[in-house]
Amino acid sequence: MLATSNSQQRLLNLLIFLVLCAGAIIAVAPLLYMAATAFDGVAYVQQYPPRLIPENLTFENFEQAFASRNFARALLNSAFVAIATTVMVTSLAATMAYAFARFDFYGKRILFGMLLIMIMIPGVVLLIPQFILAKNLGLLNSLPGLVLVYSSGPLAFNMFLLRGFFENLPRELEESAIIDGANSFTVFFRIMLPLAAPAISTVAVFSFLGAWDEYLLALNFLTDEHLRTLPIAIANFRGQYSSNWGLVFAGSLTAVIPTILLFVFFQRYFIQGITSGGVRG
Amino acid sequence: MSSNTMQAMADPAKKMKSHKRHRGKPYYRPYVPYLFLLPGLALYLLWAVYPLLYQLYISFFDWRIIPGQTSEFVGLANYQAMLTDKTFWLAMQNTAMYAVITVAGQMVIGLTLAILVNRVTIAKRFFRTIYYLPVVTSWVVVSFLFVYIFSPGDAGLMNFALMKTGTIQEPISWLANSSTAWIAIYSLGIWKGMGWAMVIFLAALQGIPPELYEAAAIDGANEWQRIRHMTLPLIRRTIFFVLIALMIGGFQVFISVLLMTGGGPLHRTEVALTYMFDEAFGNLNFGYGAALSYVLAVVIVIVSAAQSKFFGRGDQDLEY
Repeated sequence: MLATSNSQQRLLNLLIFLVLCAGAIIAVAPLLYMAATAFDGVAYVQQYPPRLIPENLTFENFEQAFASRNFARALLNSAFVAIATTVMVTSLAATMAYAFARFDFYGKRILFGMLLIMIMIPGVVLLIPQFILAKNLGLLNSLPGLVLVYSSGPLAFNMFLLRGFFENLPRELEESAIIDGANSFTVFFRIMLPLAAPAISTVAVFSFLGAWDEYLLALNFLTDEHLRTLPIAIANFRGQYSSNWGLVFAGSLTAVIPTILLFVFFQRYFIQGITSGGVRG
Repeated sequence: MSSNTMQAMADPAKKMKSHKRHRGKPYYRPYVPYLFLLPGLALYLLWAVYPLLYQLYISFFDWRIIPGQTSEFVGLANYQAMLTDKTFWLAMQNTAMYAVITVAGQMVIGLTLAILVNRVTIAKRFFRTIYYLPVVTSWVVVSFLFVYIFSPGDAGLMNFALMKTGTIQEPISWLANSSTAWIAIYSLGIWKGMGWAMVIFLAALQGIPPELYEAAAIDGANEWQRIRHMTLPLIRRTIFFVLIALMIGGFQVFISVLLMTGGGPLHRTEVALTYMFDEAFGNLNFGYGAALSYVLAVVIVIVSAAQSKFFGRGDQDLEY
């Protein structure tokens, strides 16, 4: 059986390669179709035949998108919301994770159990009470308010992820710092955080993406046009301009390109996050 | 809080445990852990735990969101109404169907791709990156993209491809009819998620020591036998993990349906969350919407608990 000839082996490898290429085409063809439509000029009517590479490259749709009243504003709003959420989630998840990883305190097990159970409950089903709560607190139509809700969602899971990471760090460094008179805060900021940088980066990219792409809470929380985020602006392009698909996809590409760049450059952290459980991009 | 901690320290059992952990007296003041915990916990209690309880409360009312109107306590009426609500049952059935079909599709394709990528000698990373691109693209964007791909005329990408290959003679109005609309919605679910499953399977496959394959080859096992009797059993825990995670995700299908069909035509493609959203934010039936949310959350927790019970026996050391 080992004698399967070399040429047979080579044929099999070639076959595998071709199947993978076919799969790759299926994975990217829709994205290319979107890019081609965005760069191909105004498209109230679909072009026949459909193209995956634009016929005449033009930035017309992008110009129109940015010329429309609130699109550039939406881009800024999204950037603010996503960055603020990232900062909130990473810092709060890290401090909580450190408390669970390194301290003993009253109520530890109950609190930890509560956070674990909440991981199972999907965030979307809290939409109604979160909306009513935000309304009562006067946090509708407020980007910082939205950031608070966005930050609470992924907190438990990321705390869990970072706690695992902290627990696996050797205690010797901390212990010698404590002997030298450092307090818990110095230990946390000077020793633990720098050591946890890879895990924190993982938490950061997923928190950023989650907030950048979020649609539903933004749709219901923000009614003021100036406060709208990118996903809402894109959805508005679809209706407002009786579907100039070129414009819809120019807006979409503007939102998607940063996420793809983030993924390509920080792939290591993505893979780490995905394989350490449950994070869905 | 710090007095509680003092009590805990006075408790001999707790004291022993804490001694064991720290090999001596704790170096920190008793309130220090709470300082680390408090900011995150406060946010969490306010925006996750409280809403979860508040939702239960709302679900017992004919809730009025408009100022000046009073909400009326109706007991279990919202839950009772579900029993005879045909749209609710259809939505639940559709959701379950979506979960089953897209999970099966994502798992089969994801696993196949992972096995092939693991075998290929060049461009491993390239393929992994490419397959993952749909996963990082936002749901809003890909939902619009699939509306465009499945557009009715002969210029839509799907109709064009199917007509060119002779699969269909006439262009199909995909989203106008529920059976073809489901094809579009399922395709999106599978296309977007297959890369996620693939990345996890690939990581598990890469953890299998190559010596095992060599041993199996010497024993005369062919390619298929090796996959069937060696690879799959070795990664079974990963398979169960992916199954459960995808199922939970499948039951939460929402934005794609909302933006592709809006639950139409005539509620035929309604899923649990679109129906909840419609009732709450469309018809302002917040009480009924809250009850629907609760039922869905319970269903998701039961499905995931049942699956881990059913598949997870002897797998307490689940790695993921």
